[in-house]
Amino acid sequence: MTEAPAAPPAFVGPLDDKDRIFTNVYGFQDWGIDAAMKRGDWDNTKALLALGQDQIIETIKASGLRGRGGAGFPTGMKWSFMPKESKDGRPSFLVINADESEPGSCKDREIIRHDPHKLIEGALVAGFAMRARAAYIYIRGEFIYEAKVLFAAVEQAYAKGFLGKNACGSGYDFDVFVHRGAGAYICGEETAQIESIEGKKGQPRLKPPFPAGAGLYGCPTTVNNVESIAVSPTILRRGAAWFSSFGRENNRGTKLFQISGHVNKPCVVEESMSIPFKELIDRHCGGIRGGWDNLLAVIPGGSSVPLVPAAQIMDAPMDFDGLRGLGSGLGTAAVIVMDKSTDIVRAISRLSYFYKHESCGQCTPCREGTGWMWRVMERLRTGEAAIEEIDMLQEVTKQVEGHTICALGDAAAWPIQGLIRHFRPEIERRITENKGGAPMMEAAE
Amino acid sequence: MADAPHIPDEAETRARWGDFAWTAENAKQAEKVIARYPAGRQQSAVMPLLDLAQRQVGAETQTQGWLPVPVMEYIGKQLGMAYMRVYEVATFYTMYNLAPVGRYHVQVCGTTPCMLRGSDDVLAACKNKGLVKGATTPDGLFTLTEVECLGACANAPMVQINDDNYEDLTYDSMTAILADLAEGKQPKIGPQIDRQTSCPEGGPTSLKKMVSENHDYRGAWA
Repeated sequence: MTEAPAAPPAFVGPLDDKDRIFTNVYGFQDWGIDAAMKRGDWDNTKALLALGQDQIIETIKASGLRGRGGAGFPTGMKWSFMPKESKDGRPSFLVINADESEPGSCKDREIIRHDPHKLIEGALVAGFAMRARAAYIYIRGEFIYEAKVLFAAVEQAYAKGFLGKNACGSGYDFDVFVHRGAGAYICGEETAQIESIEGKKGQPRLKPPFPAGAGLYGCPTTVNNVESIAVSPTILRRGAAWFSSFGRENNRGTKLFQISGHVNKPCVVEESMSIPFKELIDRHCGGIRGGWDNLLAVIPGGSSVPLVPAAQIMDAPMDFDGLRGLGSGLGTAAVIVMDKSTDIVRAISRLSYFYKHESCGQCTPCREGTGWMWRVMERLRTGEAAIEEIDMLQEVTKQVEGHTICALGDAAAWPIQGLIRHFRPEIERRITENKGGAPMMEAAE
Repeated sequence: MADAPHIPDEAETRARWGDFAWTAENAKQAEKVIARYPAGRQQSAVMPLLDLAQRQVGAETQTQGWLPVPVMEYIGKQLGMAYMRVYEVATFYTMYNLAPVGRYHVQVCGTTPCMLRGSDDVLAACKNKGLVKGATTPDGLFTLTEVECLGACANAPMVQINDDNYEDLTYDSMTAILADLAEGKQPKIGPQIDRQTSCPEGGPTSLKKMVSENHDYRGAWA
């Protein structure tokens, strides 16, 4: 076999302003439809729809767009799973997941309150491509101001004839509805979200059947993240090759990064996929608080992914494959930075509390396990534990992981596994300093 | 459960709320909400109607509002749902108050991104003003709850008070917000430091033209 010619090096930032999709991300300008149209939204959307369903899906596939909600499933492929015709009269639905609740994540909020028309136009384009009758945008209940903007923006789009009967003059009828949540992290899981829209408590469904077969009201449904939908009109306008010119192979496009924690200037910023961690922080966040030597660890993709120690993250490309290679993940690109002043065990224990609070209670390993893990984490935090409990905790995380209907159990397990993997000496130090550790105690309350 | 709300006595609740009905305005809004969902799927409207009802109770009691049992029964009847199905929803989601709260529901985010930026100080400011987690102050003004991530992590630490977010807090700015509210003044909503939303403090590192004009970048597209 001959070696393939070397591909040109991937573009990994910094992004030019002309290549940023969310130009009003900070809300310096009006979110309303007239201002949005001046920025390029709703510009001859009819022509985008005229590409036809198959061509839209092919373009999204070719762009390399992977789902921005965390799992990174190829968006175009997901759309292609929807039925091309209804054999039994059931309509299809698009559900847009705006239940942004992953600790660290705050990008969909910026899209909704400052660039809502990108999302609504995307809803029409994506809904048309998958032959959906309507889109429901599920926005988390605590986004009260954001929901007001979104309701108003949808009304603006109807008033202009961009939604409803003969949307944008395309001959296609399409409705967009907004559904507000009421405070439940689990409703970010797609089938829990469907249950919630149906007016039930948000507990995930067993799969199969998958939503593309039987989702909302038993009809074919695709659930997509806000960012995945909102970037799609721009991809169609500028072409798949444009979008895929950013980031490394298999990790294409631009991405909203959300940097919180111990950087000098936390912010949300759109950058090229695969931008090296250090460049992202130096360019947009004014560096690490106290300098780069003061960096302890980073949770690169929201609370559900394991932390990465300073030395490993420094030059890492911020993308799906690069961070998976470090035993972590890109998730929603919610980058939580921790400097050396951090009580790292408390930081992870607080996440354990979060998962305990948010477990829906349906599956036993998660319902019981999240509380159990948090209680042990609290003892590790204070050092009032035995050394053996570290291994026992690790073992319990393995029993929770993979044994629940949805990924919340996994998400509760991974941060703890990451802590033990990288900071075991710190946990042991606390136990040892606490006078050799307390006798083993019954863990359950 | 230690943190379960203390649900008020049912007889008293019935006496006070037994004849709950929508105001004329909310009755219209309820119809509008139900119309968002396909015919026969009106159960989908239960969440927005619970929110609407909580707000109506809030307006009548000068608080953030809560959901007395007769109010949930009223919604169940309107939507053709068993009361238990409504109750199931009301107890599942944290934003529905199952017991009365104060005029201002102070919801401090304590999850890790806020914790790293000083949510301990925000809680300390609350404590110093006499607020106690899970309780309402004796004057009925403030109810304090520590909540989970509210999705404003680049502006941590933050608090949501009724419908408004206050972000980029310190001990001092949180103290000032509580003092303003106690005096009936409306504090500035959003970041409490000199900062535009989630833009880096001191000015943007990208899209600088947007600061002063609604710039159309399409002219630079290749």
